[in-house]
Order: sequence, then structure tokens, then C-alpha cells
Amino acid sequence: MTEFFQSLGMTYEWAFFVASIAGILLIALPLMLAVAMIIYVDRKVLGAVMMRRGPNVVGPFGLLQSFADGLKVFLQETIIPSAANKGLFLIAPIIMFTVALAAWAVMPFSETLVLSDINVGLLYVLAISSLGVYGVVISGWASNSKYPFFSAMRAAAQMISYEVSIGFILVCVVLWAGTFNMNGIIEAQRGHGFGVINAYVFNPLIFPLWVMFFISALAETARAPFDLTEAESELVAGFQTEYSSMSFALFWLGEYANILLMCMLNAILFWGGWLPPFDWEPLYAVPGIVWILLKTFVFFLMFSWIWATVPRYRYDQLMRLGWKVFLPLSLVFVALTSGWLVLVEWA
Amino acid sequence: MIQTFAFYLFAMLVIASGAMTILARNPVHSVLWLILAFFNAAGLMVIVGAEFIAMLLVIVYVGAVAVLFLFVVMMLNIDFAELRAGFIKNAPLGVAIAVILLAELVLGIGAYRAGVMELGTPLGDAAPLPGQSNIENIGLLLYGEYLFLFEVAGIILLVAMIGAIVLTHRKRPDNTRGHQNISKQVARRPQDATELKKPTIGQGVDIGGGEL
Repeated sequence: MTEFFQSLGMTYEWAFFVASIAGILLIALPLMLAVAMIIYVDRKVLGAVMMRRGPNVVGPFGLLQSFADGLKVFLQETIIPSAANKGLFLIAPIIMFTVALAAWAVMPFSETLVLSDINVGLLYVLAISSLGVYGVVISGWASNSKYPFFSAMRAAAQMISYEVSIGFILVCVVLWAGTFNMNGIIEAQRGHGFGVINAYVFNPLIFPLWVMFFISALAETARAPFDLTEAESELVAGFQTEYSSMSFALFWLGEYANILLMCMLNAILFWGGWLPPFDWEPLYAVPGIVWILLKTFVFFLMFSWIWATVPRYRYDQLMRLGWKVFLPLSLVFVALTSGWLVLVEWA
Repeated sequence: MIQTFAFYLFAMLVIASGAMTILARNPVHSVLWLILAFFNAAGLMVIVGAEFIAMLLVIVYVGAVAVLFLFVVMMLNIDFAELRAGFIKNAPLGVAIAVILLAELVLGIGAYRAGVMELGTPLGDAAPLPGQSNIENIGLLLYGEYLFLFEVAGIILLVAMIGAIVLTHRKRPDNTRGHQNISKQVARRPQDATELKKPTIGQGVDIGGGEL
């Protein structure tokens, strides 16, 4: 895109700058639209599982429900509790939302459709997603109210616990791929399974990692059954309790953007990203962006299916799963994976 | 042009947030300013081309250390009046440390002005290999040239970790409230917990003297 703006007579630096801004808008705006639609899908799936209709009034099939909600929230009054720490109270949702968007900078939508194809892409995603906890913690503290504070403490403990095991799982994937670059990881999966399947997941050393990653992703995004940060039966609405209007909506949007991010990471790391499922020539005729969005959507459906099916964990169970099950298991798999790779190289 | 601008932006923000870390009245605000300082330091690392270090800085310091720090500071119930009372008492110590730091700073600038010290050229393997990424260079150095030092650092960290666990661990007597027997909970089935009865009208149900 830089070349295009250069051809309009800009210097390289300005062309790069303008191209970056244009790229950011080209990702962020469709992403917001996707978030709005995915909230609708989520509610529709939940409705279907509960044998009711779900949103069906606004627009055809209720398709415009999210936009109506957005409009409603936009017109509401922003209430700031008098005991709240005003500055931090307002900054917290902005942090949450910005961080949720920032991670998309390195996500490859196809071989060439990526805003910044950096060497440390996966590390960048890990770094940015570890910032997500600040929005929750700050909002909980700044609200100066007990339920949000409980929720903030829970969120901090939960996200740190699961980030550790996610880190080790990513180490295994990176060991197989030999690179931190997102496109490199996808490229390494070409024909990985039996020479025809473009995915890591059918490798017996990786399949358990994918299962752990999927569950950790649920915990990391605080989705059911790990939604203890906003467990409505215990904590009212968790860290969002004191929020209203747009500041509430920013939490909502950020949360769903994070969920989509995790679904797409699933697709990229284990299911071959923008590669078609099989290494078969006619399938490459379909553009890569279709494959990756399709995979992401399937994972999102799994997220909402789990939301509708599984009851919520107890907090001690959540911590036990993170520290006593996933952490040792993922460590063992780091040793196994690196051992196997060294063995293969040596033999 | 953009590099210079970005450098001054990040550098200024590091200094400003560093200053605010000390100046902020509220300890939670202090920690948040510290986090901003870390973040901008990572930005500076990116500018000098050390993107791997930058990411590690964000993951380790911002993502883990600072979160725990914030966690602890938020839980503390800090009495500001008491803090201010302690100021006078600790002032002599503070002044002494400030004088030492100032002396070091002056000495450092003096030594820098006197000329560059010859540290010797790096060993053959230690020189960065051209055309390889940050990660590859660091990996080759850490796991090649400096493997022994790296392993020793790892062992020291392990010892520190075990020490911390030993210091804070207290053995809980069994059957205390809140103790969970996970295997027992998992092994529990619906038929252990519930029983279907068909009571005749007016009779009620004999639940027996057994466990509920």
C-alpha cells in the first residue's frame, strides 16, 4: 500500500505513514462490524440451545440487534460514581478497548494481507494480550466499590495463571515452526499432517496442546465456564458493575474483539491459518482470507456452544486447573517436543 | 524524521512517567506510572532494533511483575498520615542516598567525558551475526557462548523460588474448612447424591439414618 501512496507523489516516509493509518482503519472498522455481528451470532446460538428464538425483532431475523443496542448505549448518560477515582475510572475501558484492537496489527488474514509482518509477531500478541488485565484491574479498583474490586482481584489472578500455560504451549508451536513470525508459522503447517492436511493439530504431540490452548483461551478471555470475573450470581456484573453508557460498551466491544482474536489464534497456530484444510490444488483457488475467517467463525461457534452448555467453574477449581494441571502438562510437552525435534534432527 | 520524533516522544514519556512514579501521592497511581515507564522503555528498545528485548520487557515486566505489584499495592490499606510522619524520620537516610547517587552521576559523566574506555573486542562468537534476527543472535549467544552463566542464573532463580515457597508455606491440618478433595468430588455420580422415591399419599418418605 505504501507504493500506492508513493505513486500519488508522497515521499516514502509520508506514504508509509498514510498507508499505516489506512491499514489500521481497514482492520479496525471491519473488526467492529464483525464484533457487532458476532454478538448477534452469540445470542442467537444461546437462544437456539435454550430452545428460544434469540434476538428477532430489529431488522430481518434480528440482524440489526447489535446496532440498536449500540445506539441505545450511545444515547445513555455516563454515570461516574462520586467515590470513584475519576481519571482511572474513565481510562480503564479505553485501555481494554485499545489493547483488544492493538493485537490485530500482526494477524495475517492472508499471505499478503497483514498490517505488519514482524519477526516477533507471536510474542507481540502475547505481550499485548497480557496487557488486557489492566483494563479490568484498574476499572475494579477505580470504581471504589466492593463487587468490582473482588472481580478485579479474580481477573488478575486468573489471567496471570492461564498466561503461563499459554506461554508454554506457544513455545511448543514455535519449536515446531522454528519462527515467531505468524506467516512463518502458518507456512510451516503446509502438508504437516500425513503430507496432505495443512494443520498442526493432527500431530499427536500437538493435539493435547491444542486442547489445552482452547481451554486456556476460554479462561484468558473470561468466557464461560471461566467467567468468574463477571459471575452474575456472585458479583452482580463484576468489574462492569459501576459502568454505564459508552464506557460499558467499550468493555463489551473489547471483550468480543479479544474472543475473536483468540479464535483466530487457534486457527493460525493449530489449524493452518489462511491455508485451505487440505494441500490439494483446487482448494487454493479460494482466497486465504475466506479460509481463515471460516475457521475463526467455527471456533467462535464452539465458544458460544460451550457458553450455553457448561456450568461455571468454582474459583478454586479454576486455579487448580491452571496451576496444577495445565502448567505441569504444558511443561512436559515443551520437554517432549524439543526432545523429539532434537532426536529427529540427530537421527 | 519519524525515528527522531519517536525517540524523543518515548524518551520524554519515560522520564515524565518515571518522575510521576515518585511524585504521585497515591501508591496505585505510582505503580501505574511505573507501568507506563516500562512500556515506553519497550518503545525505545524497538527503535534501536532490539524488538525481542522490547517484547520480553512488556511480557515479563508489564504483563506479570507489574500486575502482581499492582495487586499487592491495591490490597494495602495505606495510611497517608503515617507515611508523612515517617518522612521526617527517614529524611537523613534519604539525603545520604541522594548525595551518593549525585556523586555517582557526576563521576559517571566525568568518566564519560574523559574518553571511551577500551573494553576489548568481543569474542568471535559474541559478535552479532549479520543478517540474522534478534532472537537467533540472542539464542546463539545464550545457549552457546554463555551457556554456563545462563544455567547458573537459572539455578539461582530456582533456589530463590524454592526459598520463597519454603518461607511462606505452612502445613495445613487436614479437614480444615475450605479444603477440597478433588478426586472425591470428581468421582461423585448423580446416583450417589440422589435417590428416586415414589411416596404413597399421606405416607411421606423414610430417608433413613444414612448420609444426606
